[in-house]
Amino acid sequence: MVTENFLNLPQTTTAEAAVEPARDATPESVIDVRELQAYYGENRALKDISLSLYSRRVSAIIGPSGCGKSTLVRCLNRMHEMSSGGHVKGEVLYQGENIYGAGVDPVELRSRIGMVFQKPNPFPKSIFENVAFGLKVNGISGNTSERVERSLRRAALWDEVKDRLKQSALQLSGGQQQRLCIARALAVEPEVILMDEPCSALDPMATLAVEELIRELSQEVTIIIVTHNMQQAARVSHHTAFLMMDQDKAGYLVEYGPTSEVFTNPKSEHTEAYITGRFS
Amino acid sequence: MANLIAEYSRNRRLRQRMREAPILAFLFMCALASIGTTVGIVIVLLEGALQFFREVPVFEFLTGTEWTPLFSNKQFGVLPLLSATVVISFAALAIAVPVGLLTAVYLSEYAPEGVRSIVKPVLEVLAGIPTVVLGYFAISFINPTIIKPLFSTETPFTALGAAMAMGVMLIPMVASLSEDAMRAVPASLREGAYAVGSDRFQVSVKVVVPAALSGIVAAALLALARAVGETMIVTIAAGSIANFSANPLEPMQTMTAYIAQVVFGDTERGGVEYQSVFAVGLLLFIFTLSINMLAQAVLARFREIYD
Repeated sequence: MVTENFLNLPQTTTAEAAVEPARDATPESVIDVRELQAYYGENRALKDISLSLYSRRVSAIIGPSGCGKSTLVRCLNRMHEMSSGGHVKGEVLYQGENIYGAGVDPVELRSRIGMVFQKPNPFPKSIFENVAFGLKVNGISGNTSERVERSLRRAALWDEVKDRLKQSALQLSGGQQQRLCIARALAVEPEVILMDEPCSALDPMATLAVEELIRELSQEVTIIIVTHNMQQAARVSHHTAFLMMDQDKAGYLVEYGPTSEVFTNPKSEHTEAYITGRFS
Repeated sequence: MANLIAEYSRNRRLRQRMREAPILAFLFMCALASIGTTVGIVIVLLEGALQFFREVPVFEFLTGTEWTPLFSNKQFGVLPLLSATVVISFAALAIAVPVGLLTAVYLSEYAPEGVRSIVKPVLEVLAGIPTVVLGYFAISFINPTIIKPLFSTETPFTALGAAMAMGVMLIPMVASLSEDAMRAVPASLREGAYAVGSDRFQVSVKVVVPAALSGIVAAALLALARAVGETMIVTIAAGSIANFSANPLEPMQTMTAYIAQVVFGDTERGGVEYQSVFAVGLLLFIFTLSINMLAQAVLARFREIYD
């Protein structure tokens, strides 16, 4: 059955994980979610989420559709409140400070916690302007073109676009657009990048390129990626959180731990059922 | 067997076609009615204008700066009417476009759903105010209480007063069309901008307005076409003096106001001053038609982006 295949996949991750401890053995947490409840109006979408997300690691959030994966990441940069009726209870500590505390400016917060979306959403402007956009709105002066080039290089897009920076970003392929969006997020040098199913609109080759990029970037930034693709979670992440929808339609955290453990030795039977493809 | 089925379906198709024929004919007539009317108008305009141009050379008509068809010394230079139309229309746009655009930005980007659901219908009611009311509003309020003390004008009729009333008339149109264009900007673009740390104003000005620009330009052009064609406000409030001037504080007569004056007046049918209406009408028709076509072209581009 397919089950075998699925259980074999994490092997690659284990191999990579073996290299990991060389970096720093005990990862430091950068975001601590504490008893977070997220609502859309009256409806609770997430309940009692508590987890710590580690610095310069890739954390994957997986789970069946509607379990609140996207809502959870959108709570981490206060994008959730942009949705109609969106509000939260509980705390999200970013570097020890509650981002929902009084006096926290969500606009400033979002320049430190970047985000990449499900569907590539470049602005209908030139490639250059797309990357420079964040610099402009944050009043970052200095050598813009240098920063744009650096961001495009970090997003592994420079070689493909360096001769046509003035062209419209909409002319790029889907995969290139998504890497452009990553470059746009990188330009303001965020410490964390949230990725909400960044590959779901991409073809397999473009997906591989983005995954490669995620692994590369995790040397310097913290990445939190929502995915419904378990192989992807296994391939790119160090830690995996598994969410499910409860009877009351609110998502809750079933299991969270190092990816290799979650995939090879899940503590919860729900997790096991999900990763072996018994429900989705 | 196969033959039978073929024949059966052939009969069926035939019956269907016969049943649909009258419906088709009716729908075709409906479509034809508006096209026919347009063609009829163009023919009437052309015919009248041709007669007029037998008396007055086209060149004189287009370049003359005196328009006195109702005086004993008849002069047929359309420039005073044309300049009045241009001055009043652009002055009206200078009011309606900024105010309408900012209203649209507020409604689309800032207003909570509750406020929007009240303001938008109210705005649409404003669009339904009869222009004759706005014309009287201009001579009974705008001219005496705003323009007169401000610029110490003598006359109760000013081009500016008419332009302001016309601006009020156009605001709902500009606001509503621009707001539609802005709301058509995908939410994902806004999110992308917020996600790099933009505030609401930056999102509106740097992302939403540029992305909706062609829709906004089209809204302004449609408003311009309406301003050029607007008759009642200018007939009532701008004065009836064909005045070749760019000073909006003076009375002026637009092309439309002239046509209204002649048509409602006691001008003898068949005379050259009566026929001048057709020439002016033709010019007006060409003017608004080109603006409308330009607006359509801009809108067509706009559709391409979001479909």
